[in-house]
Amino acid sequence: MPLEHTLILAGALFAIGLAGVLARRNVFFILMGIEIMLNAAGLAFVAAGAHWGRPDGQVMFIFILAVAAAEVAVGLALLLRFYRARRTVDADAADRLRG
Amino acid sequence: MTAVGYIAGGVALLASLLAVTRRNAIHGALYLVLSLLAVALVFFVLGAPFVAALEVIVYAGAIMVLFVFVVMMLNLGRASEAQESVWTSPRTWTGPALLALVLAAELVWVLARGGAATAPPRPGVPVPAVGAALFGPYALAVEVASFLLLAALVGVFHLGHRGSADGDAGAGED
Repeated sequence: MPLEHTLILAGALFAIGLAGVLARRNVFFILMGIEIMLNAAGLAFVAAGAHWGRPDGQVMFIFILAVAAAEVAVGLALLLRFYRARRTVDADAADRLRG
Repeated sequence: MTAVGYIAGGVALLASLLAVTRRNAIHGALYLVLSLLAVALVFFVLGAPFVAALEVIVYAGAIMVLFVFVVMMLNLGRASEAQESVWTSPRTWTGPALLALVLAAELVWVLARGGAATAPPRPGVPVPAVGAALFGPYALAVEVASFLLLAALVGVFHLGHRGSADGDAGAGED
């Protein structure tokens, strides 16, 4: 697969994830959208690494994997706390900081 | 072999789109697993089998298990009980099953061609080079990543602690 096509795929996946983050109010789906976006970024790194024949792309993907694991663990723990306090997973229920 | 990558990319796009538009969290998680598996296939076609294996094991395995566990723990009341009856109807699992069937058909096709199963589709970057880079020029970044994971571990333990943490949970609730 040429680099351009893989980058288009990565961009489209990132856009889908971003749309999910912006459009959904369920915290669960917001976290899923973030996962899709991180995965798309990793795909772009691996594609570029494969194109130039360098291992750096795969190394960066491994770092993205670590960041995604830490992000999802903290995010889901916050979601559990949020649900315990508010009895809902609607992000709009967390509006106490609104001006 | 390139056709396999394009089909897998299409499956990834479709599954991601369906994942962020579902109403039920478990349905979304199912489609998300499928999307990650399809992207792993794209990695394999790109000549990065090590990263493809990591994607399946860490993303589709460990991270999605976390998601499913949280859905189980939330147990969203009567709505989820009503869904329990819908759960077993074919309508809920035909979509993911069809997309997974596309990936399975690709696997059968690649294996049937012969030879492709034992050799990577293109030389790509050798895995030892990745390991050498990880613990050579990137050694400091590896340490920082381990700090990040430790911080996440401590943070999650604090957030999930039920006993003493309930006090400030009530304060946040007021």
